[in-house]
Amino acid sequence: MTEAIAVKAMLAIALLCGLSACGNIEPWVKPYERQQLADPIMAADPHPISSAYMDHVFEAREGARGALGSGGGGCGCN
Amino acid sequence: MTLVFTKLWKRSLAAAALLVLPLGAMAGVLPDDRADALYHRYEGGGVTIQGPSILVRKKMAEKYAVSANYYQDMITSASIDVEVSGASEYKEERDQYSLGFEYLRGKTTYTLNYTNSEENDYEASTASFGISQDLFGDLTTITMGFSRGWDKVRNSTDPTFEEEIDRWNYRVGVTQILTKSLITYFNYEVITDEGFLNNPYRSYRYVNPTDSRLFVLEQEIYPRTRTSNAAALNARYFLPYRAALYGGYRFFTDTWGIRADTFELGYVHPVKQQWTLEARVRYYQQDHADFYADLFDRQNQQNFLARDKELSTFNSIAIRLGASYEFVPNGWRFVKKGSLNLFYDRLEFKYDDFRDARFSRLPTDDPNFRPAGTEPLYEFGANVIQAFVSIWF
Repeated sequence: MTEAIAVKAMLAIALLCGLSACGNIEPWVKPYERQQLADPIMAADPHPISSAYMDHVFEAREGARGALGSGGGGCGCN
Repeated sequence: MTLVFTKLWKRSLAAAALLVLPLGAMAGVLPDDRADALYHRYEGGGVTIQGPSILVRKKMAEKYAVSANYYQDMITSASIDVEVSGASEYKEERDQYSLGFEYLRGKTTYTLNYTNSEENDYEASTASFGISQDLFGDLTTITMGFSRGWDKVRNSTDPTFEEEIDRWNYRVGVTQILTKSLITYFNYEVITDEGFLNNPYRSYRYVNPTDSRLFVLEQEIYPRTRTSNAAALNARYFLPYRAALYGGYRFFTDTWGIRADTFELGYVHPVKQQWTLEARVRYYQQDHADFYADLFDRQNQQNFLARDKELSTFNSIAIRLGASYEFVPNGWRFVKKGSLNLFYDRLEFKYDDFRDARFSRLPTDDPNFRPAGTEPLYEFGANVIQAFVSIWF
């Protein structure tokens, strides 16, 4: 059931992307206005080696898992 | 037959979803080459885990990149679970190797990843595929991913024991630039596991039929399937005086009846040219699994029985302080820049329905003895230290 929902969500997003190739959406933040977003302190994951470790620390001790924005992988923490 | 057809249909859909993605005309970029070496140490609840992690990534011709990671846990454990089971402190080691490959074509990045983790009694392998696409003048990035995992569960006290777990992960994400100082991230992930999902060393406990002040241990029985859903919304905001504020919320639910909320709020503050300080607070709360109980009334009271504190009702708070120092900011030989980093996290776990059963294992005439089911609720704190060096080349 959830697998089907996930596949449908992927299809919907992919179709959206496909359609986006046909039209022109004017970016409301211009490339030359992105210097703040490009600052290293704004990086989504500035230290991947550290965030992967902390994700593992929490995943091994908590019931929740997933949606961390990373590639996913075996926890090895059964 | 219908099942086979449904599976094929789903696969065709997934394949079609990948094909309709536009292969854009303008180029994206792959992250810079870097190498990180980290030492980690976790100490708390009678457990010490430490070890190194090394991560290297290198791109070629601006459109391919490879990454490799080695990670090790050296574990010494005399946790409450070990103590209550009557076992003595044990030591073990876990080694994990990952290899990744990225291919950038236009504004689309394809990623492949393989990870293998080994312990003397557990082996986990995961293969992942991901795709990310920049859209709408690069204001939006969408990502999709699929992982397949195969685990082997063994028991060091029983050489004949070997069970398996199959895992499937499906994830989608959207990164959206909202203003010139605000970026948001949405991620959704479905994970399905099938196989031997409990820890073969863990037990549930029930009231001793001959003396209700005491308990008896019996091996846990978990369902053989689990499907979870997690959705997270995060944001990062650039403050006018050059600092960053970030936060997020994750909602989690699964077919075992666990429901969890995670909140996070952090602040990054650069000091002069070379220092960056960081503070973060993370709060986590979950409700227990349907088949969890701290103390069952009798043996085999229900089909599934568990007493893992990870499945109980509890909350945890984590507070972080961190500092990074950038060295050779103007480069030295092949190094473009480097940073030294030290992060400290303090974790506090408080359980609402997991009692400290060490009190009811004491002799009944001991002044600290508490009858089973009336022991104090368990809680513990942990210190997590990460020291690492990163270089960009």
